[in-house]
Amino acid sequence: MRRILFLARAEVLHIVRDRTTLAQILVVPIVQLLVLVNAATFVIRDTPTYVVDYDRTSASRGLTNRLAASGHFRILERSASLTQANDALLEGAATLVVTIPRDFEKSLTREGRAPVQLVVNAEKGSAAGIVLNYAGQILARYSAELGRELRPSVFTIGAGTSEPAPGRGNPRIEVRTRGWYNATLDYRHYMVPGILVALVTLIGTLLSAQNIAREKELGTLEQLNVTPLTRAQFIAAKLLPLWVLGLFDLGLGLLAGKLVFDVPMRGSLLLLFAAAAIYLLVALAIGLLISTGVDTQQQAMFVTFFVLNIYLLLSGLFTPIDSMSPWMQAVSQLNPVRHFVTISRAVLIKGAGLAEVAQPLVILCGFAVVSLTLAVQRYHKRTV
Amino acid sequence: MTALWGLLRKEALHILRDRRTLAVLLLLPVLQVVIFGYAIRTDVEDVRLAIVDPAPDFATLRLRGRLTAAHVFRVITVLRETGPLERLFQTGAVQAALVFEPGFADDLGRGLPARLLVITDTTEPNTGVTIQGHVLSVVQSVMREMPPRAGGVQIVPEARLRFNPTAESKNLFVPGLMAFVLTIISCLMTAITLTREKETGTMEALLVSPLRPWQIIVGKVAPYLLVGFASVIGVIVKARLVFDVPLRGSVPLLLAEGVLFILVSLALGVLISARTDSQRVAMTAALLGTMLPTMILSGFIFPVESMPRVLQYLSNVVPAKWFVIIARGIMLKGVGLAYLWQETLVLFGMALVLLGAAARSFHERLE
Repeated sequence: MRRILFLARAEVLHIVRDRTTLAQILVVPIVQLLVLVNAATFVIRDTPTYVVDYDRTSASRGLTNRLAASGHFRILERSASLTQANDALLEGAATLVVTIPRDFEKSLTREGRAPVQLVVNAEKGSAAGIVLNYAGQILARYSAELGRELRPSVFTIGAGTSEPAPGRGNPRIEVRTRGWYNATLDYRHYMVPGILVALVTLIGTLLSAQNIAREKELGTLEQLNVTPLTRAQFIAAKLLPLWVLGLFDLGLGLLAGKLVFDVPMRGSLLLLFAAAAIYLLVALAIGLLISTGVDTQQQAMFVTFFVLNIYLLLSGLFTPIDSMSPWMQAVSQLNPVRHFVTISRAVLIKGAGLAEVAQPLVILCGFAVVSLTLAVQRYHKRTV
Repeated sequence: MTALWGLLRKEALHILRDRRTLAVLLLLPVLQVVIFGYAIRTDVEDVRLAIVDPAPDFATLRLRGRLTAAHVFRVITVLRETGPLERLFQTGAVQAALVFEPGFADDLGRGLPARLLVITDTTEPNTGVTIQGHVLSVVQSVMREMPPRAGGVQIVPEARLRFNPTAESKNLFVPGLMAFVLTIISCLMTAITLTREKETGTMEALLVSPLRPWQIIVGKVAPYLLVGFASVIGVIVKARLVFDVPLRGSVPLLLAEGVLFILVSLALGVLISARTDSQRVAMTAALLGTMLPTMILSGFIFPVESMPRVLQYLSNVVPAKWFVIIARGIMLKGVGLAYLWQETLVLFGMALVLLGAAARSFHERLE
């Protein structure tokens, strides 16, 4: 044990002395958090909208105003030219074109219904669906409002209230919607717990891969191999400081997330750190595995970047796991990052307890045991 | 010219000999296409739904039947009370819940509003809102079948999705992927190969050889250009064959814009190598300075218009942003230079400035 601590102390000194590594540990995570959380967002607001108004009545103007007032849409222009609207769509200036037909108000008054055409630029995939969703909700609310203005006959009885009087024999379903866990639909609250995982992963894997590759490159690994330390002791001493650093960085990131973005922390932080402690073992072991397969620091970095790139993209960090194709979802079960992202979000955003995250936690433990054993064994083979 | 030929051959041999790097160069685009095609999606399908129906009656059963028939939903569980919902949401077992009030059919029959609560997990806001929309549209279609409320008016939205009618996210990612692959190969590899000559001291040998400076650069980067071009064509072919991503515009124009973008990335790579002395620093600079911005700030994965203003301005200096706009325009919208001349001009300007700067910094080293 004392030997391990000695070597661990040497490692800590190395890290503290090397300015680049220190910057990697202290500055990069914070910058990453600040930039990524702001940049990695699929938030949809201010959709540039072109309104083609063939009707030019108070009803059609009202519709335009409702769209603008909702905050979801920014009205670029309102004209009666479909060609101009089409140009705006092709140029990319407009994302949505709303076409209000002639006799819009007239048919609303006479027949009680009128069509409105919504053409959306679906280049950006599912964002189009969300734009349509918002537009649909605004149209529904506006038609309820218009019903009172244009065909007020029914409302004479229940005057003064916004609800029609009961007992008139018109069946309807009143739907209320509620979004749990992120009622304000703040994308940053969703991203911070995920980015924290990316941060811990990057530090853990990159540093451990580089660290051992450097000893190899410098030839000092040979020297360490002739010391009385056993392989397991050597690896433990190498990884211990990095493990502590990873947890430290998680704390730093959490603090920044709280101070800058005011992210919710509904669950137990102790649980989160416990999960992180297990997860870091996996991240470090993967770094170690990489370092056993390469000869230089440059290769270590290249391979790490390649591996992490795929791990992070498949973790559900940026895009939801549920949106992946079914077989990809099955493959992603083999990705430790995925499980920690799940835990981090469940604990921080949803306030989940130990019982709720037990499954991913057990899987992480399994990963830790397997990857550490593999790393130690591979290390044996390479050096004996 | 024979000297240049010799350098080209030497460089090609280098690439072919370094198996590990070559594997990464060739494997990365293939893997990325698969990953982006199957994994990086934001489509919402197969929503896990919980139903809370304290007193099932014909009206609630009808609505439930319609939800199941919609094929978007998978009913995970039917509960009597809302108590267990919290836990189901926390473990992620369900994404949405539909809560009926008791006496649903009775209320409907008596003309009272029948209340229905839709709870969605909005941890990821867009998925949450989309699920909400799916549920609401089913409820609305059921309501439409009921006799209309006298006096009410209905604005009926007719939606049309342009350029990507099925709104599939894979179509969106392929153009970005091309930018990403080109950046890796032309910028990162160029920076590394040039600094390697410096680090090993062989750059001096090249400089005193009869080769002119431009010949050295051409000799060093041309093979990578070829690899880059080949993998871009590979990405397009794979995207067409496996994922059926549309290619509506002109292919020669797309390839020409590709060459323009490669020139910009190459110039960046040469610039990085001129400013750094070790492969390690060059690599870090290339990763942080070009690849991360290409991934994050180019609109490749995350839409630029969603970002805060500062980052939107910053994204203007990322060449990949312009290339992504151009490639999407050509592939998805089928537009030509008439609509894309501004973006092309920006890329062209960047290419001129960066190539000039790269040539100058290379000359400075000579003196």
